[in-house]
Amino acid sequence: MIHLLVLLPLGGALLAWLVPDNRLRPLVLPTIAIPHLLLSLYLIARQTEAVHGGWIYLDPLGKITLLAISSLFAVCAVYAVGYLAYRQDRSNRVLCLGLLVCLAAMSLVTLCQHLGLLWVAVEATTVSMAPLIYFNRNARSIEATWKYLMICSVGIALALLGLLFLAYATHVAHQEATLLLPDLLKAAPGLHRSWLHAAFIFLLVGYGSKMGLAPLHTWKPDAYGEAPGLVGALLAGGLVSCAFLAILRVYQVCLASVVELAFFQNALIVLGLLSMAVAAVFMARQHDFKRMLAYSSVEHVGILAVGLGIGKGALFGVLFHLINNGLTKGVLFLSSGNIHRSYGGKTTEVVQGALTRLPWSGGLFLAGFIAITGSPPFAPFVSEFSIISATFATGNYLVGGLFLLFLAIIFIGMALTVLPMVMGVPRSDLATSDYRDGLLTVGPPLATMLLMLWFGVWPPEMLLQLLRDGAALLEVRP
Amino acid sequence: MITFADQLLVLVMLINFIMLGTSRLAFAIRAVAVQGVVLGIIPGLLHQFSGHLLMITASIILAKGVVIPWMINDAVRKAQIRREVEPFIDYVPTLLLGAVFTALAFVFAQRLPLAPEHRELLFVPASIATLMTGFLILTTRRKAISQVIGYLVLENGIFIFGLLLTDAMPFMVEAGALLDLLVGIFVMGIVINHINREFSSVDTSRLQALREE
Repeated sequence: MIHLLVLLPLGGALLAWLVPDNRLRPLVLPTIAIPHLLLSLYLIARQTEAVHGGWIYLDPLGKITLLAISSLFAVCAVYAVGYLAYRQDRSNRVLCLGLLVCLAAMSLVTLCQHLGLLWVAVEATTVSMAPLIYFNRNARSIEATWKYLMICSVGIALALLGLLFLAYATHVAHQEATLLLPDLLKAAPGLHRSWLHAAFIFLLVGYGSKMGLAPLHTWKPDAYGEAPGLVGALLAGGLVSCAFLAILRVYQVCLASVVELAFFQNALIVLGLLSMAVAAVFMARQHDFKRMLAYSSVEHVGILAVGLGIGKGALFGVLFHLINNGLTKGVLFLSSGNIHRSYGGKTTEVVQGALTRLPWSGGLFLAGFIAITGSPPFAPFVSEFSIISATFATGNYLVGGLFLLFLAIIFIGMALTVLPMVMGVPRSDLATSDYRDGLLTVGPPLATMLLMLWFGVWPPEMLLQLLRDGAALLEVRP
Repeated sequence: MITFADQLLVLVMLINFIMLGTSRLAFAIRAVAVQGVVLGIIPGLLHQFSGHLLMITASIILAKGVVIPWMINDAVRKAQIRREVEPFIDYVPTLLLGAVFTALAFVFAQRLPLAPEHRELLFVPASIATLMTGFLILTTRRKAISQVIGYLVLENGIFIFGLLLTDAMPFMVEAGALLDLLVGIFVMGIVINHINREFSSVDTSRLQALREE
């Protein structure tokens, strides 16, 4: 049953490759994504068992990430049918294939209990996303693809070195060298400190560059800016979640090793605050709204890192924020894709008065902005608030103060770009566009936005229980 | 046998210098292929013969010695480039830097708390030296193809460290990592081809349209 999570998208990828018709091919995406979502929900609700000698097991942390990924992918898959109908000028074979292979790799990430296999899956997501960033086939997108590919590949290679150090630490401690998570957690307290130290640094740098923590975020604005909206949504919500899950696994080992936890937490807090500061600086006066969304993504990985660094009470908020960030980014990228299509540009000089020209997409973009900056009543408010209150409750006043300061600057910076975009009157010299808001291009982000409202106002008890289970895994020393 | 493995690692480090010093791309590609094959032989020297070992050795030699060099050569042929022109730092200074890094790698490895049976061996210094060489090539060369070669050398450096730990990396993971590397290089090859078509050059210093104003 659990294998289907990976095999289903792979089968879909083969199908997408075989379908010859450019108009019919995008239909493969929702045909695979919706059963995948239902299967994920079924597995999340049940108690699953470890298979393959404990290598494959869906624990609460995996479940939370799977929920975030699978629901975001389902939204993007439905949207893709509407979006690709406007992009019949070029073949979408590679796009459909890459999306489904990436879904398979992302699902595998959530299932892995062996850190080596986890690494293989994360690397597979990196490679399968690269051709998708290059969908527009122009000089700017090739540049973005190259930067993404080089920085992420090298980063992930460093994470592999970190893993080897971790395995070597078990070897030096005269235990059987292993990277299986439960065994590592058991062995962790007896491991040599300097090897653990080196391992955690490399793992943090490696997965941090994949996640886009400053100062390793430089590929992000380029890749997010040049990729189509739905690819941007999956980069910001899917790949970030996978990389963060990898960091959570490392955190579990740190927690078990006891001595290294404080160091890792401090490193996370510093990188997290730095990411928020970078986002605050570059968000101001950003003319390109897709690049602005990329900096917003840098900000939110920063929030996740700070929350994880604080630990304890913030962990519930961190895990909730993982889901909220992914889905809200989905709304923003998909609606910005619509706006881009209609205006034929992605800078604030061209895009004005989106609410008049595209009431639905413009409205969703505005709502997404309100949600992502942490305003009530949407779900990101709940998760960000619980991270901040835990920060102050644990006595980290400086961290909490800086956190609030950056949030405020980012809110103003983002508003200065978003408000002129959606308000006002469209320029009169705009070229007409064949894009019209339709059910397939507006429905998916609208449904996601309503989901965020539901989670914010009255989160279902099942979700809260899942988040509590996840947080418990990160709090209690095994 | 382990002493022979050590001698092979000396060869690996010499190949690092060849790659830093050469200005001809075809030669650098051949050198990285030889380095891959040498690394593929080493597991066979360290362990008892088994079907598992044979599979690993065969797949590493095939991937690093044949398939990857062929893919890079293919990209070079399509992009019609012969030699590396003007790296950011000239060849002699990079060679000197390479020598300094290699010396530092030995000093650093001395200070690491290694397991007693690994202390006298070259694995750790060779690993760090190769890793640093990869970084050096990645950062000082303009051509996209040289950067791919740098990435491969870096990956080889990590691989050398992994040789100390074949138990922790079961065949599944080893094969998965190799497959990821193969597909990664394949995608890089395609991207290089497109860079060449778009810019009429594979000089990555031209990739600078995307930045903050």
